[in-house]
Amino acid sequence: MLLVLLAVSFIVYFIFIVIPGGDPAQRIAGKVATQANILAIRKKLGLDQSFIVQWYDLVKALFTAKLVSYSNQTNVVDQIKQGLPATFSLAIGAGIIWFGFGVLVGTISAVTAGRISDRAITALALIGISMPVAWLGLILRFFLAGDGGSGVSWFPDGGYVPLSANPAQWFYHLILPWLTLAVLFIGFYGRVLRSNILDTINEDFVRTAKAKGLSSRRILVKHVLRASLIPIVTLFGLDFASVLGGGAIITETVYNLHGVGWYAAQSIASEDLPPLMGVTLFGAMFIVVFSLLVDIAYAYLDPRIRLS
Amino acid sequence: MAERLLEVKDLNVKFATEDGIVQAVDGISFDLERGKVLGIVGESGSGKSVTAMTLMGLTRGINARFDGEVLYKGTDLLQVSDRDMQNYRGNELGIIFQDPMTSLNPVYRIGEQIAEAIQAHENVGKRAARARTIELLRQVGIPNPESRVDDFPHQFSGGMRQRAMIAMALSCNPSILIADEPTTALDVTIQAQIVELVSRLKDDFDSAVIFITHDLGVIADIADEIIVMYAGRVVERGSKRDVFYDPQMPYTWGLLGSIPRLDRPRPERLHTIEGSPPSLINPPEGCKFRPRCPHAFDRCMQEPGLENRVETPGHLDRCWLDVDYKREHRDETISGGSTEAA
Amino acid sequence: MATTGQEEFTLDTAAELAAKEGGSQIQGKSPWVLAGRRMRRNYVSLAFLGIFLLIVISCLLAPLYVSQVSHIPQNDVRTGATVVEHGKTVNVISQGGTKIVNGVPQIVFGGVPIGAQWGAAGGKYVLGADELGRDVGTRLLYGGRNSLFIGVTSAAICTTLSVVLALLAGYFGGIVDWIISRFFDLVWAFPVVLLGIALGTALSVNGFHHGPINVSSGSLWIPIGVISFVFIPYIGRPLRGQVLALRNREFIEAATAQGAGPVRIMFSELLPNVASSVLVLFTLIVANSILTEVGLSFLGAGVQLPNPSWGTMIQEGSKLLSTAPQISLFPGIAIALTVLSLNVFGDGLRDALDPRAKIRIEHG
Ligand SMILES: Nc1ncnc2c1ncn2[C@@H]1O[C@H](COP(=O)(O)OP(=O)(O)OP(=O)(O)O)[C@@H](O)[C@H]1O
Ligand code: SF4
Ligand SMILES: [Mg+2]
Repeated sequence: MLLVLLAVSFIVYFIFIVIPGGDPAQRIAGKVATQANILAIRKKLGLDQSFIVQWYDLVKALFTAKLVSYSNQTNVVDQIKQGLPATFSLAIGAGIIWFGFGVLVGTISAVTAGRISDRAITALALIGISMPVAWLGLILRFFLAGDGGSGVSWFPDGGYVPLSANPAQWFYHLILPWLTLAVLFIGFYGRVLRSNILDTINEDFVRTAKAKGLSSRRILVKHVLRASLIPIVTLFGLDFASVLGGGAIITETVYNLHGVGWYAAQSIASEDLPPLMGVTLFGAMFIVVFSLLVDIAYAYLDPRIRLS
Repeated sequence: MAERLLEVKDLNVKFATEDGIVQAVDGISFDLERGKVLGIVGESGSGKSVTAMTLMGLTRGINARFDGEVLYKGTDLLQVSDRDMQNYRGNELGIIFQDPMTSLNPVYRIGEQIAEAIQAHENVGKRAARARTIELLRQVGIPNPESRVDDFPHQFSGGMRQRAMIAMALSCNPSILIADEPTTALDVTIQAQIVELVSRLKDDFDSAVIFITHDLGVIADIADEIIVMYAGRVVERGSKRDVFYDPQMPYTWGLLGSIPRLDRPRPERLHTIEGSPPSLINPPEGCKFRPRCPHAFDRCMQEPGLENRVETPGHLDRCWLDVDYKREHRDETISGGSTEAA
Repeated sequence: MATTGQEEFTLDTAAELAAKEGGSQIQGKSPWVLAGRRMRRNYVSLAFLGIFLLIVISCLLAPLYVSQVSHIPQNDVRTGATVVEHGKTVNVISQGGTKIVNGVPQIVFGGVPIGAQWGAAGGKYVLGADELGRDVGTRLLYGGRNSLFIGVTSAAICTTLSVVLALLAGYFGGIVDWIISRFFDLVWAFPVVLLGIALGTALSVNGFHHGPINVSSGSLWIPIGVISFVFIPYIGRPLRGQVLALRNREFIEAATAQGAGPVRIMFSELLPNVASSVLVLFTLIVANSILTEVGLSFLGAGVQLPNPSWGTMIQEGSKLLSTAPQISLFPGIAIALTVLSLNVFGDGLRDALDPRAKIRIEHG
């Protein structure tokens, strides 16, 4: 795993230092940098040295929390830390919603395959995965929140209230972002689960369960769902990690949630690369760690792996 | 006369598929009495499994249609609702499938899976179900059942898995045990053990057995009556003696020729029937075996009925050939002396 | 689950079909023919393919729309202009002013662009204007050209690269497979949008100038490159698995025995066998690429202004949602419709060709 992280950091180095060409120091410093900044970066990142050294220095700067944004001189690692509560709140709430509803919707759809409810769910799921998140967020916010001009203001107009400050407001502010983020995943998980279930139903062991005289409900829950959910767990691990690591940039931006993804988005316009570097590495770290967790969960769910 | 458990009358099973209607089972009839073993043989695709699964209501679905009757102790199982069918499955009829690896759920312990069957039909506690499970595993010959009961399927060998499947099928003491090619996936020495086990348990549990196989040799010792199936139809039916020593259908000869026999000179190479089974969507006209039959003649364009054509009553076949002609020529096929073995 | 439900029984239709198509002849036809037949019967899928093609054609005809209908070119800024609406002259941008919100008067900064005119202004501003007085209808079509171009091109590049990598990995195995698989793992380890904006931003600083490739910083090829890169493992991984499974089948051994070289085997033996999956995955990746373009452009790391794309239009309109919702609304509908039609068509294709092909998506 350390190896993967090392490789990941190399990719980050590659993206930000090698790909663009030109003077990296000037580029990293962004549009608003001063000559002094550029010199400082050149020295800090050892840009006059060989690429191994450069890479090493970059990683060191990141892990020792010394990487600094040049548009406002703030420390990248500190900023990421500040974004964590908002991002985690978004990820955990949305994750619960999308996993729960995804499983529910997929199961209903598979069990009633071919009937009206299945068709309706399939249609809705397809629409769900076809809407751009940015647009969905904007529209929901416009129609349902704040002074949007629609006359309806059931929800607050974006922003994040810390859980510790006011739990009710925290929840209230997060409802729309949770839903926005969850819609795509519900549609997707529902569809994947539906097809998994329909595949599993044809497995020999399900036929055995039927031949034992078990009730349809028990067959579904104990034998079919258990097997069909295993691939969903992998999917969930990766997607959840991605959102935890700041991957929900669009949702965070649309709702002005000052999380990790939002922080990354802010530096795009100023072409301020250090925050992007930091967040990218941070996001990848989550995925790598969660891949490991998924493997462990897998072993738990599937004894063939556990015992071998 | 022993109690008649099962009476299948003119059973038809059709499936609607994209390519047309598959007539998987085409008007088959048979009876089964307590304590007897009925063998069903036929090549792959002849409708053996569909027959077996239909008895248990496992082929039901929106694309399946059934005709005829499956009378179990007088009740027509084809008319029983899905919900009521649960009480028959496992409880009255048990089944073992061909591949014991995929037929067991890989994520649950062997014991859990057997106990689950017991608890589905009887109001017993976890502990009692477990004790019964261990006893069943002992009966099917699993060494050390107290500890093996907590193993997962992948920790069992193929033969042991099939034993566990048998324990599961017998767990609620069904009157009929259906074994659908239970030995095909196993190697030869274990095959014999499993057949022997089924035959012994049949007596212990006082049940009847339907033993399905494509290899007549497997049921040579245990079957009382044998049905030979081809393209969804019964093409020959009779006692074990009839089928082995006085086979009337060229197709049966082919099946007999494909097993190594100790009482006959060993053929140069094992015979297989040439050609492949017909389409069940557009079956050939007349005798279904005609396209592959080396003895076919013009009359075979009409389908022969399933009739008694020999001296022994109850020995039925579907072949137009003259009985004496057949008795003269069948050995060429059976002992592999004929040319089409090449 | 199992029902005796005779009412849904399709025996009759199946029989008709078999009779019509000559029963047993059907068996033994190639999978493509069978798939084609299934596809032809899937009217929903075909209808959505029609919608997609209609959208593509409309966007391609954008210049015609300008010359015949709107008479306002895509990047034409008309802040001070007026149009004649039902005989009355109105400003395209009503300057400043106040607006009552919940009883409280608020100052509106900037202007309020004119809303959708439909037919009222003689073809001008059919879908309204944006903050610079540009014609939203015109830009929607031109933006569509860009978005569709990016979507299709990047999906094509991505698919081609992934197929080649998957074939190499699956065919050679060993160290080649190890390297390619680790590469997939690595790219897979980044959240898609994050990697997208990282690459997009890094590239838009100076463009890309390495070796023979020279791409300047505002170019459409930047989002295309970025999107085709980030999705490589999404196609490459499932395909590699399939190739690996095919590798040991007899027909490949037969071809090797006949002296076919690696390239021959990869492209004329292995490729045709995974082609159906490739086609399905391609359709789904086009849909995903279009959505990703929207995300990147919305965040400012995709298509660069003043080029319109559906993503940039949504982004531009997001500031004016309360006064001029048309700017974001219409491109959003256009995207949803396009992506939906691709998804439905792709689904039909999958059912017909390769029921196992699945793809993980993620747009946060
Ligand atoms: N659900 C179904 N839908 C359509 N066709 C089916 C269905 N089930 C079975 N069939 C078809 O019915 C025919 C008989 O199949 P069956 O499984 O009974 O053969 P079998 O004699 O058991 O062969 P094997 O020795 O391979 O097990 C086959 O051609 C099969 O394709
Ligand atoms: S009826 Fe004719 S074709 Fe059929 S088995 Fe007898 S001889 Fe052969
Ligand atoms: Mg079978």
